Amino acid sequence: MSQGNMVVGEHSVELMEKSPFAIPSKKLVMWLFIISDAVTFGALLFAYGYLRNATPDWPTPFSSVVNVALMTFILITSSLTMLIAIRAAQAGNQPGALLWTFITVGGGLAFALLHIREWLRLIDEGLRMFQNPWGSGLFGAAFFTITGLHLTHVVAGVIALTVVVLGYKRGRYTSDDLENWGLYWHFVDLVWMFVVPFVYLLNLKR
Amino acid sequence: MQATGKPTGLAGDVIVYVCILALAGLQLVIAYGHAEVGQLFVRMLAVAVVQAALAVMFFMHLKAERRSLALSLGLYTIFVLLMMNMIWSDSFRLLHMRPFAR
Repeated sequence: MSQGNMVVGEHSVELMEKSPFAIPSKKLVMWLFIISDAVTFGALLFAYGYLRNATPDWPTPFSSVVNVALMTFILITSSLTMLIAIRAAQAGNQPGALLWTFITVGGGLAFALLHIREWLRLIDEGLRMFQNPWGSGLFGAAFFTITGLHLTHVVAGVIALTVVVLGYKRGRYTSDDLENWGLYWHFVDLVWMFVVPFVYLLNLKR
Repeated sequence: MQATGKPTGLAGDVIVYVCILALAGLQLVIAYGHAEVGQLFVRMLAVAVVQAALAVMFFMHLKAERRSLALSLGLYTIFVLLMMNMIWSDSFRLLHMRPFAR
C-alpha cells in the first residue's frame, strides 16, 4: 500500500461514524422499517375508526370469536417459538434454530389458512368490498384492507423466515439476521393485538 | 447477541408470553361485557397497549437496548400516532352535522 493510500485509509477510519445506538446497521434498518409500518397500520386503524364512528348503520357481523381466538393463540405462540429459535441460533445450535424457525413458519401458515377461511365464510355470507347485507358498504373496504394488509405481512414473514433460515443453514446468514427477521415477526404479532379488538371484537353481534 | 443490555432468559419469555395470552383472553371477556361501544373501545385499547408494550420491551428486546434507541423510535412514533387524533372532530361532525341533515 502506498503512503497516499494509507493516509486516505486513516482518514476514512476517522470519518466513519460510530453506530448511534450501538446496534448493527441491519438491525437499525429493521427498526426504522417497523416504525414506518406501525404508522401505516396506525393510519389505517384511524381511518377505520373515523368511518365506524361516523356511520350509524355500521355492521356487526361476527357471531363467534372462536376462529379469531385460535388465530390469536397461534400468532402469539409463534412469537415464542421465534424467540426460542433465535436463542438456539445464538447458542450455535443450528438444528434447534432450524426446527423452531420452521415451527414458527408453520404457525404463520396455519394463521394464514384460518384467515382465508374466515374471509371465505364472510364472502359466502355476502360481504363484498363495497356492499354487504348488514349495513354500511364501507365495512367491507375497511375490513379487507386492514386484515388483507396484515395477512400480506404474515405471508411475507413466512417467506422471509424460510429464506433466512435456509441461508443460515448454508452459512450465508448469521443468527443476527435471524434475530432481525424475528423483530419483524414480533411486529406482525403486535399489529394483530390491535386489529383483533377494533376490527373483530367491537363488531360482535349483540 | 446484538442487544447491548441483558435480555431476559427463556423463563422470562414464557412468563411474558403467558401474560400476553392472558391479556388476549381479557379482551374477549371485555368484548362480551355489557358496555357502551365507547367504553369497550377505551378498555380494549388499554389492554392492547399493555400487550404491545410487553411485546416490544421483552419479545423485541427493546428493554435490553440503549435507552436512546427506545426514546428515538418511541417518541417519533407516538407523536405521529397522537397527531392522527385530529381526525376525530371531523368524524363526529359527520355523525351529528351532516351537510344534508334536516
